[in-house]
Amino acid sequence: MTMSKKHPKPEELVAIDYQPRRRDWMDPHVEFRKGTFNYSANPKSMEYLGLPFVRKWQPTEDDWKLPPNWKEIILNGLRERIDRFRSLRIFMDICVRCGACADKCHFYIGSGDPKNMPVLRAELLRSVYRKDFTTAGKILGKLAGGRELTIPVLKEWFYYFYQCTECRRCSVFCPYGIDTAEITIIGRELLNLVGIGIDWITTPAANCFRTGNHLGIQPHGFKDSVDFAADDLEDITGIKVNPSVNRKGAEVLFVVPSADYFGDPHYFGFLGYLALFHEIGLDYTFSAFASEGGNFGLFHSHEMMKRLNAKIYAEAKRLGVKYIIGGECGHMWRVLHQYMDTMNGPADFLEVPKSPVTGTVFENARSTKMIHIAEFTADLIKHRKLKLDPHRNDNHRITFHDSCNPARAMGLLEEPRYILKNVCNHFYEMPENTIREQTFCCGSGSGLGTDENLEMRLRGGFPRANAVRYVHENHGVNLLVCICAIDKATLPGLMDFWVPGVSVGGLHELVGNALVMKGEKERDNDFRGTPLPGKEEKVHV
Amino acid sequence: MKILYSLLAVSISIAFAWVGTASGGLHYLFGVVFPAVAVFLFLFGIVYRVVRWARSPVPFHITTTCGQQKSLDWIKSSPLDNPSSTLGVIGRMALEVFFFRSLFRNTKMELKNGGKLVYGSAKYLWLAGLVFHWSFLIIVLRHFRFFLEPTPVFVGVLQNLDGFFQVGVPVLFMSDILILGALSFLFFRRIVTPQLRYISLISDYFPLLLIIAIAATGVLMRYFLKTDLVAVKQLMLGLFSVSPIVPEAISPLFYIHLFLVSVLLAYFPASKLVHMAGIFLSPTRNLSNNSRMKRHINPWNAPVKVHTYEEWEDEFRELIKGAGIPLEKE
Repeated sequence: MTMSKKHPKPEELVAIDYQPRRRDWMDPHVEFRKGTFNYSANPKSMEYLGLPFVRKWQPTEDDWKLPPNWKEIILNGLRERIDRFRSLRIFMDICVRCGACADKCHFYIGSGDPKNMPVLRAELLRSVYRKDFTTAGKILGKLAGGRELTIPVLKEWFYYFYQCTECRRCSVFCPYGIDTAEITIIGRELLNLVGIGIDWITTPAANCFRTGNHLGIQPHGFKDSVDFAADDLEDITGIKVNPSVNRKGAEVLFVVPSADYFGDPHYFGFLGYLALFHEIGLDYTFSAFASEGGNFGLFHSHEMMKRLNAKIYAEAKRLGVKYIIGGECGHMWRVLHQYMDTMNGPADFLEVPKSPVTGTVFENARSTKMIHIAEFTADLIKHRKLKLDPHRNDNHRITFHDSCNPARAMGLLEEPRYILKNVCNHFYEMPENTIREQTFCCGSGSGLGTDENLEMRLRGGFPRANAVRYVHENHGVNLLVCICAIDKATLPGLMDFWVPGVSVGGLHELVGNALVMKGEKERDNDFRGTPLPGKEEKVHV
Repeated sequence: MKILYSLLAVSISIAFAWVGTASGGLHYLFGVVFPAVAVFLFLFGIVYRVVRWARSPVPFHITTTCGQQKSLDWIKSSPLDNPSSTLGVIGRMALEVFFFRSLFRNTKMELKNGGKLVYGSAKYLWLAGLVFHWSFLIIVLRHFRFFLEPTPVFVGVLQNLDGFFQVGVPVLFMSDILILGALSFLFFRRIVTPQLRYISLISDYFPLLLIIAIAATGVLMRYFLKTDLVAVKQLMLGLFSVSPIVPEAISPLFYIHLFLVSVLLAYFPASKLVHMAGIFLSPTRNLSNNSRMKRHINPWNAPVKVHTYEEWEDEFRELIKGAGIPLEKE
C-alpha cells in the first residue's frame, strides 16, 4: 500500500491488509513514509519552553543528533516514572496479550499495521522495560521478551507513540483496564527528555504559555474576536450582546478552546454560547490570559500539562469569580475533569457551581468548581428556562459523535443528547459499537492533526467516518455534531474524504439556532448565514 | 519457534520429574523440597510484586468511564460502569474479577468488500477465559480434600456440584472437561489467528502449555492411571503441617503433576500471571469517577515553572490597554 500520489483516494486507503508481516516485531523497523508522521519541534518553541537538547532534526534523517548519553537519560526517566506512576508499573507487568484490544484501535483498523494494535504499541516500551527492569528479562533477554533500547527502537517509539490519539478506546475493552494513553503519554515524555518532540504539539504549547492560547492570539486580537462575534450575532438576531474580557467580580469565568473564537465551524458554536448567556443574563467574563481551555501540554508531558493548566485557576482567583464554566472541547475536559484539581488545586477560593437561573447546585463539581457547558445547558432546558424552536434546525439531519475524552474520561453521554433532542427534530444515532464509551476517535487527536500526517489521520478517522456513512446512507444524515475543538477542526476534512455531503457542527451552534431570544428580530439565516427552513424563498426574491 | 521453546520447557519439566522419581529415587526432592520452595516463591513473589505496585503512587485520577456519569439528578447514571462511589467501584471490580465485564464487550471488526466496517459479537474469548478461570478455581478448591483433614464441607459440596451428572466411576467432573476444552481453545486461538500469533511471546505459550500439562496429568490420575490417594494425602498433609513424610507407594505420574504445579507456583509471580493480583490495583478500573467531586492528591505534585498573569500583563501591557481590557497596573 504505497501511496505515490499526494492525495490518496478512499478506495486506495481501504485496501487494508491485516495480515502481519513476516518480520518479527521485536526486530525494530520503521519507515518514515510521507503522510504518516509529524515533523520535529521548532527549536524556537522548545527554547521558549526551556526544553532540553534544542536542535534541528527531522524524523526522515538518519542522524537524530541525540545527546551522547541519550540511552541513560531515557532509562533513568523510565525508572523514575515506574516509581511515580502505578499505572505504568501495573500496565507494564500484567498484560497477557489476549488481543482483545487489537481491532479496537482506529489506527490499526485504518492501517492494518500490527504495531498499531494497542498491545503491540505498548510492547514497544514493555520489551525495553522487561530487558532493563525485570529479573527474567535481565537474565534471559529476548527469550523473556526483552529488547535492548537502541536507536531503531527509539525511532519506532517516536513513530508509533505519535500514531496513538490517546483516545482510550482500547482501555474500555481491556480486561485489566490497561490504558494505552497512559503508555504513550509517558512514552512521549521520555522522548521529550532527549529533545524529540513534534511541532504541532510544542509550538501550540509555547504559544499557549506565552499568550494564553494555542493559536498565539494576543490580548487585543482576542478582544477583537469576541467583539466581532458579538457583531455577527447582532446581524443575525438583532440583539446586541455585550461580552466582557478580564472583568473582575463577574460570577462566572468562561473558558473555551481557542479554536472556538477563531476556527470554522467552531465559531458558530461560539455565537451560540454568546446568545445563550445573554438570554439567561449570566454574569460572566472571558479572560484574555486564560483564553485557552485546551491543553496541548497533555500531549507533551504531565509537567507541560500542569504549566499550561495553571492559568485557569490563577485567573479565576484574580478575577474573583465564583466558579468556572468550560466550553466544548474533548481533551480539554480530560485535563479539567481528571487532572486540574490535583495539579493546580485546591480551588478553595471558588464556590460550588450553582446555576443562577435554576438554582441547581452542581454537586458533581463541588471540588473542582468547573462545569461543562453541556451540563449547564441541559439543566436550563430541563427547567424550561429556554424558549427553543427546534424547527429552525430542520435543515439538518443530525448524528452525534461522542468525543473520546468526555465519553471515556467523564461519561458525559446523556447531557449532549438531551440538549440535541430539544433543539432539533431529526436525530439519529450511529451504530452502538461506535458511540458512547465505544466511540471512535476522529483520528487527529492528541496533537496529530497536521497536514504532513494527513494519510495517517484519514486512516485513523476511517472507523468514525464509516459509522457516519451508515447513518448518512440509511437516514440521510447531513450534519455531524460534536463537542470537541479537534473534532470540529478535523472532521470536516475527514467527511469530505470519506462521506461527502456531511458537514460538521457544534452542539451550541444548534442551541443558538434554536434559541428564541427575547426581542430578537425575525431570523432569516442560521449562524452560518444559510437560510433557515422556510426562509429560502425570501432570500432568493 | 516460541511454541517450540515453550513445549520444550514443559517437556523437560515432565521428563525431569519422571526420571527423578521413577529411577532417581528423588522422592523427597520432588515431593517435599520443590513444592515447599515453590510455595515460598509464590507467596513471597506475589507479596513482593503487590508491595512494589503499591509503593508506586497513583498521581492522577485516570478512571476509564464506560457509562453515564453522575451529574444532574434527573439523568440516570451507570453506577457500575461509571461508579462515583466506593460501593460502585466494589461492584465494578466484582463484575470485572468474577465475570470479566470488560472482555464481555469484545467485538470483532471486519472489513467488508466495498470498504465497509462491521463489528460482530465476539464472546468466545470471554467465554473461554471465564470457563478456564472458574474451572481452575473449582479444581484448586476441590484439591483441598488432599490438604486438610477432615475434608472441609465446601469440598464435598463442590464435588457434588462438579459431578452433578453422575457419569462414570469415578464420577466425571465437569470442570476437568471444561478446563481442558477452554485451555485448548485459548492455545489454538493463539496459533490460528495470525495477529495473535504475531504478538504472542514464549511467556504466553508456556503457561498455557504448563497448565494444560497439569490438568492432563491430573485427569490421567483420576480416570485412567490411578494413584494411591491415601498416600498422596499423607504426603500433602505432611507438607502442610511442616512435618513431611514421603510415602512409598506414589506413582511417578503424581510427582510429574506435583512438579508441574511447583513450576507454575514458582513461575507465577515473575510472569504475566500476576494479573491475578494486578487487576485489583489497576487505576483505570479501581477508582471511582469522582475527580471533580473530591480532590485527588498527588504525593509528588512537583512544582513547575508557570507563566504568571503579571508576566503576561507586562509583556502585552500596551496592547491590553489599547484594546480597552482592564489592567492590574496602569
